[in-house]
Amino acid sequence: MQKTAQWPRHRVVFTTISARKALTGYVFISPFILGFLLWFIVPIATSAWMVFHDWNLISEPRFVFLENFSTMFRDELFWQSLKVTAIYSFISVPLGLVLSFFVALLLNTKVRGISVFRTLYYLPTVMPAVAGAVLWAWMLNTDFGLINLLLRTMGLPKVRWLVDPNLALPSLILVSLWAIGGSMVIFLAGLQGIPDMYYEAAEVDGAGAWAKLRFVTIPLMSPVILFNLVMGVIGSFQVFNAGYLITGGGPNNATLFYVLHIYRVGFQYFKMGLASALAWVLFLIVVALVVVIFRYFGESVYYENRATGARDS
Amino acid sequence: MRTWQEEKRTWKERSELGAPVISKRVGRSAMAKVKVGRSLVWIVLVLGALLMTAPFAFLVTSSLKNQMEVFMYPPKWLPIPAHFSNYVQVFIVKPFHLYFRNTLFIVVMNEIAILWAASFCAYGFARLRFPGSKFWFNIVLGTMMLPGIVLMVPTFVIFSRLGWIDTYLPFIVPAFFGGGAFNIFLLTQFFRTLPEELADAARIDGCNEYAIYGRIFMPLAKPALAAVAIFTFLNGWNDFIGPLLYLNTAEKYTVAMGLALFRGSLLQTRWDLLMAASVITTIPVLLLFFLAQRYFVSGIVMTGLKG
Repeated sequence: MQKTAQWPRHRVVFTTISARKALTGYVFISPFILGFLLWFIVPIATSAWMVFHDWNLISEPRFVFLENFSTMFRDELFWQSLKVTAIYSFISVPLGLVLSFFVALLLNTKVRGISVFRTLYYLPTVMPAVAGAVLWAWMLNTDFGLINLLLRTMGLPKVRWLVDPNLALPSLILVSLWAIGGSMVIFLAGLQGIPDMYYEAAEVDGAGAWAKLRFVTIPLMSPVILFNLVMGVIGSFQVFNAGYLITGGGPNNATLFYVLHIYRVGFQYFKMGLASALAWVLFLIVVALVVVIFRYFGESVYYENRATGARDS
Repeated sequence: MRTWQEEKRTWKERSELGAPVISKRVGRSAMAKVKVGRSLVWIVLVLGALLMTAPFAFLVTSSLKNQMEVFMYPPKWLPIPAHFSNYVQVFIVKPFHLYFRNTLFIVVMNEIAILWAASFCAYGFARLRFPGSKFWFNIVLGTMMLPGIVLMVPTFVIFSRLGWIDTYLPFIVPAFFGGGAFNIFLLTQFFRTLPEELADAARIDGCNEYAIYGRIFMPLAKPALAAVAIFTFLNGWNDFIGPLLYLNTAEKYTVAMGLALFRGSLLQTRWDLLMAASVITTIPVLLLFFLAQRYFVSGIVMTGLKG
């Protein structure tokens, strides 16, 4: 082309170098891009197609348009699973956050044996989910579990933790508090990143322990709190193991978590379209919740470095 | 909400109203206060640690009791004599050695795939400037936030079309494609902290980008790679929903799946064996945790909370 011929020579050289550089860059990130297309875009597209079909993986898929959604909304179990998951999320996430923040504050002190404490509090988090579930099913066993044994030795009546439909979900929420190590370690890392000088300055101004917590620690920790809140909400809506392994969704569907419901619809009844519709609704719910959280809590988050939104300390 | 200034004012007012002014005596009592505070913290921590570890203690003691002792009342707190034979029995009742081998195979393949793919991508994001890199990095962050469970159904459909059901391919092949957004993110954050002069010096010596990645940045990234390796091991070892969906033959089960099968089987009332099997499943992760503890925290810190 004539235009190219008119380009100054160094410009041409420059373009080929930057083109080669771009190519190198794309070679490096190509595993991710390929993976994104293969294991993300393709499944999303498949799922979007399945939503409008009635399909059991074997017979011919039948186009049903929105029937999966109407079936879903008429299904009592859908509402039950939504209720169970919402209650679980709205109770276990805030409780877990407050507890793990509190523990992180304690673990950020310089008392004797602090590294041992840190290890012990994190331990439940690394335990395999299945082993943890087996352990808690045994701990909460009505007749022989440790908790009821302790109650009995104190002369108290036994509690039907996992058998009583009113207690099963609260029991699983309590179990979830056992493994707060994940958010706790993140809080702890954040707390250790707060420079001592802020506390010293606050002390000079006469701040006591409470004032330091209220005006130094919590504002500086607000991005970490927001992070843990968002991750906690996303995680809580995907809970599966506790329901599947400890209670099997029972008694009387009292612990039928949403993902357990998807699992049953998809992999026990093989209603792939309905299961996909359920998954999309879950996705929309989680996105909506995350947006709401960012809208209401995002403003009150304090960033030391507004430009990047990250704290560098 | 009280602001800083107001808070300061109330403190000032308080001292003007005759509240204790700092003196030597107060200094000493403040020291005592710190001591009391510390012991209080210590007591709370001990109580909490007891709550956290009691289930583990109950797990171990139950695993060493015999079939009857598990159900005894008043409870036998200490399993004396200890029935270590439970641990042998577990392997007789269910082929846990096979489950171990299968899980190890998956985990090792995952380690190879993830350590290579995630670091390779991370190098591109962290050290190279090219059009679109920001866009793709935002996609990495986006997929990190997405609830992965949403893809469970279509991914299963795709793997079943590919004929991958009841093989280990669903656990291994996807790992080679990027190695997970979280790992890419973690390694990108780490690579960004390394000085550019290293790469420049190598470029002058005639190294291309692949050599800089392989010979200079990878050896320097050992701590970050260790963190990724640990998370990969834990995820692979603890994964339950994956094997539940994709493995059908009992001989192919992983440890987590074997334990779940054990629980669901006729032996439900053999809590002693079930507890022994749980201990066996847990020991490898605990060992790893104790040996590599420092990489855990550094890995979490590296994900950007501090950097």
